[in-house]
Amino acid sequence: MNVSATAPPVPELRPGTAAKSLRDVLVVTRRNVIRTVRIPEVVVLSLVQPIVFVLLFAYIFAGSFSLPGAANPAAYREYMMPGFFVQTLAFATAGNSSVSMANDMQSGMVDRFRSLPMARGALLTGRTLADLVQNVMVMTVMVLCALLVGWRIHHGVLRAAAAFALLLLMGYALSWVGVVIGLSVRAPEAAATSNFLWLFPLTFLSNAFVAPSTLPTVLRWAAEWNPLSATVQATRQLFGNPGLAATGAWPAQHPVLVSLSWSVLIAVVGRTLAVRRYRSAGS
Amino acid sequence: MAGAIHATGLVKTFGETRALDGVDLDVPEGSVLGLLGPNGAGKTTTVRLLATLLRPDAGTAVVAGHDVVRHPDRVRLSIGLSGQFAAVDDRLTGRENLRMIGELYGLRSRAARRRADELLDRFDLTGAADRMSSTYSGGMRRRLDLACALVVRPSVMFLDEPSTGLDPTSRLMLWDIIEDLVSQGTTILLTTQYLEEADRLARDIAVVDHGRIIARGTPRELKAQAGGQRVEAVVSRREQLDAAAALLAGYGIRTPDVDRPRGMVSVPVDGGVRLMTQVIAALDAAGIEITDIGMRRPTLDEVFLALTEVAPRDTSRTAVGAGAANEKE
Repeated sequence: MNVSATAPPVPELRPGTAAKSLRDVLVVTRRNVIRTVRIPEVVVLSLVQPIVFVLLFAYIFAGSFSLPGAANPAAYREYMMPGFFVQTLAFATAGNSSVSMANDMQSGMVDRFRSLPMARGALLTGRTLADLVQNVMVMTVMVLCALLVGWRIHHGVLRAAAAFALLLLMGYALSWVGVVIGLSVRAPEAAATSNFLWLFPLTFLSNAFVAPSTLPTVLRWAAEWNPLSATVQATRQLFGNPGLAATGAWPAQHPVLVSLSWSVLIAVVGRTLAVRRYRSAGS
Repeated sequence: MAGAIHATGLVKTFGETRALDGVDLDVPEGSVLGLLGPNGAGKTTTVRLLATLLRPDAGTAVVAGHDVVRHPDRVRLSIGLSGQFAAVDDRLTGRENLRMIGELYGLRSRAARRRADELLDRFDLTGAADRMSSTYSGGMRRRLDLACALVVRPSVMFLDEPSTGLDPTSRLMLWDIIEDLVSQGTTILLTTQYLEEADRLARDIAVVDHGRIIARGTPRELKAQAGGQRVEAVVSRREQLDAAAALLAGYGIRTPDVDRPRGMVSVPVDGGVRLMTQVIAALDAAGIEITDIGMRRPTLDEVFLALTEVAPRDTSRTAVGAGAANEKE
């Protein structure tokens, strides 16, 4: 057997050029999306849990929880849906990126990629973009589910689109947090477990399901400045869902701006840390 | 210089462990160096440094004409990795794996696709090309892994225990491929625990232990270094084993090894057939009955064990006549 009978091809795209970097990101994104669709039950099962949550809250708890100022359960359902969107995205995206990244580290794929003349952050950006693709699927299912339990868009398509953009941007930012975690732990199982440690406090210590005004001072302050609270508040406004009376907290009065700023900040810091981790991976 | 590996004083520590403690390596272009050593000796760390996966704490390495620390991207364009150094994606098909790697090397889509088809054909994987690689047998995965390292012809290739998990036919095929690559000018650094493989493929061998290179040379030189010829005698009565060992110690250049279950004494000697007749006469005179006696050169396995001292043997390098050293056996 002669492996060199045909001359091997000569690479045309040189490392370091913008075209090559962009290409690397797309190649890795495609690879990650292929990995996801090859085992569809992973995505399907990850969607079942939020659906079960929505149904539980909509038909069991909505009767006993009450929204300040609105006593009927239907109002609570509309109120809670933006919270669910944010919570589901946070869990889906961080779980996805951290576990997949830890898997790649453990399986030796990171070593394979690092031995290739690839753009520095391409593997990581490709991971987060694949998460974004998956988040769009997750959102689609969640929205259908929400429409079924009576949630509606009240302020038109444009504002709704802006709300979805804010949600996906927040998801994308959290994906970078997941990448940092995935690169920092030694096993995918650890990544999966660690997500509960920060995601439960982050999602529940917010305005997603309760009014911050009912909380003790320190917790109230944390809930008001929680990045997810801003996103929840902003999407409630943009969808026209019933919200909470403004508490006077600055983030609650400027939710769109605060949500955007948080997302950009988290993504930038997350990416910086992730790239640093990636470069020293294994040493 | 291009196409070669040239490393000086490589040091790498992980916490308290000094994984590499001053490794020097020189692999001329178009040659094969076998890196031999027990698990944890530093073989993999050496390769990871040379393949730009790790940064050395001290020392320099030039691979394919480029410094691994200053120009890792240029090094990466010229190297191929195979074995435990780098994985193939288990959820991608064989074809998708090869195309992806081609594209990441910088090939245009069409060129990457054509190269993938070519390699699948040559590595006899066309029939399985569109199956997820997680369904492959061990041998098929090794072939795919090797194909991944050859997507663009690397001027330096790192192979980790290339024969592991291969059936005899695949192993011969792999050896052919390696010899073909070398004849085309590719430089190969392979790590192995199979001495047969090192003997067959590598003209030079470096033995690594505890992060240092403890011996290097051709297989032949290493065999000579481990004591050249050996006399081996099997006694018919086990109770005479120690007596035989004491007697042979007088003729050997090192302490004899005693293999109790087989009733065998073996000792490195410096002498030919005449020495052999003397040994036989002496055993006879001492009334020690033997069922078998012979003279042979050490295998590379013995060289390896002698150099790395992993075998439970007497390590005192006492010279001729130190028969008493054998008493603790």
